Amino acid sequence: MSKVLMKGNEAIGEAAIRAGCLNYFAYPITPQSEVAEYLARRMPEVGGVFLQGESEVAVGYMIFGASACGARVMTTSSSPGISLMSEAISYIACGQCPSVFVNIMRGGPGLGGILPSQGDYFQATKGGGHGDYRLLVLAPASVQEAVDMVMMAFPLAEKYRNPVMIMGDGLIGQMMEPVVFPDHLKTEQLNTETWATSGMDTRKSSTRNLVKTLYLDPVQLNAQNLLLKAKYERMKKEDVRFEPYNIDSDYQVLIVSYGTMSRVCRTAIDNLKNKGIQIAMIRPQTLFPFPETAIRDAASKESCKTVISIEMSMGQMVEDVERCVQGRKPVEWYGKCGGEVPTPEEIMEVVQSYLTTKRKEQN
Amino acid sequence: MQSEVMFAGFGGQGILLSAKILAHAAMEQGFEVVWIPSYGPEMRGGTAYCMVVISDQPIGSPIIRNPTHLVAMNRPSLEKFAPVVKPGGVILINSSLITVGSGRTDIDEFIVPVNDIAIGIGSIRSANIVALAAFAARSKMVDNDILRKCVKEEFSNKTKLIPLNMKAVDEGQKAAEIPVK
Repeated sequence: MSKVLMKGNEAIGEAAIRAGCLNYFAYPITPQSEVAEYLARRMPEVGGVFLQGESEVAVGYMIFGASACGARVMTTSSSPGISLMSEAISYIACGQCPSVFVNIMRGGPGLGGILPSQGDYFQATKGGGHGDYRLLVLAPASVQEAVDMVMMAFPLAEKYRNPVMIMGDGLIGQMMEPVVFPDHLKTEQLNTETWATSGMDTRKSSTRNLVKTLYLDPVQLNAQNLLLKAKYERMKKEDVRFEPYNIDSDYQVLIVSYGTMSRVCRTAIDNLKNKGIQIAMIRPQTLFPFPETAIRDAASKESCKTVISIEMSMGQMVEDVERCVQGRKPVEWYGKCGGEVPTPEEIMEVVQSYLTTKRKEQN
Repeated sequence: MQSEVMFAGFGGQGILLSAKILAHAAMEQGFEVVWIPSYGPEMRGGTAYCMVVISDQPIGSPIIRNPTHLVAMNRPSLEKFAPVVKPGGVILINSSLITVGSGRTDIDEFIVPVNDIAIGIGSIRSANIVALAAFAARSKMVDNDILRKCVKEEFSNKTKLIPLNMKAVDEGQKAAEIPVK
């Protein structure tokens, strides 16, 4: 298919259809409503279902129900809506049902604002709902990457029988960029034989499948948690994704940044390079599993004096960066939130301020 | 080489659409493009602005403080954005609604009575296309024929509007023939 100019939200909707998702449930919220608008029109055209829930709480459980039946299913929302779905996400993770959640983040906490933010990093990577569970979290930095990640999310959700979350922000959802859609995903029909509660008449097996989240026996619940943990450890081994930038230079500062924010950093890095200052960046494409080794190795480089986590939040990812760097280099944070997006000029100033402080210390 | 065009006016003037067509035309011409709306709790008659970034390189930051060009469709837009335009760019002023200048001498101040031209060809609703065509021709940012094709494509679901908008493209391009000061 040729290149088309498309809004992020609409492109996410089209990508879901091309990934074979025929079940989409959602509730409107800015800045993601165009996904629902697009799929409300498109789903009937391809024989799929769009259902607007009465609230995000209901949508969360619609996803649980459909995924427990082995259907390929997705929802999209924005920050406050994801909070409402978080209870169901915990249940879905325990019940091991593959499903895709898209969060087009807006400013918080509370109802917050409607402009882009990255304030839901903790929610996505550290919980949100209760209990020991993890989501595989993908973070696109362009409309094309949002499309690619939707196409990737369904197979990953099915590989791990776990919910996958795509973390965009208001800009990714609202801006238009050229995209090329991959062909329809040619995946094996999801093997649901051994676990989905799709009814005995459709399955060959004579054993009953049960999706459940209640384990009153502590030994059983511990065993269930160990099983989940083994999956999360496997994600760390097999599905870490990141993009290094200017990493072969003798950089003095290493930036860690994702999504829209990483694009601003990329411009700042290019501008500084023109002034003879080398800065590198690791852009996590998966927020969980986090590119721990890549960041540790990049921070360990001799030329690197400081590591800065740059985020549209008040300092969330920086805690993971600190964990990775393990005290080898000082780790700093810079960011803004509430819909304010730092400009390349601001990033350049921040980076340069650390260079001068460093020099002063050395003198 | 990167150009950034700010389209600004009031809601209902077709700001987002003309910006989208410019982005589309630039994409067809092989450029990287980003179209960024100012989304928010906005309404008809409220402010509307939209940025189009066009580059021969992958586009980094979508956040632009100082655009290279401005298309100002009403006075508040001109007053707000004229001071931040980079020197050397084009500032298109819709003189049908704006009675003042940009106050800048380091840019190409391009005065077009956009609404009057649109009314003259049959409908004020084509004002955004008049402005788009005039700006595109003046800035030489995209090829005239490609722009024409993209306008046609945009209205492919409303074919009865195509002749009006083709006329708008012609008149806009004609307006750009005034020599640069």
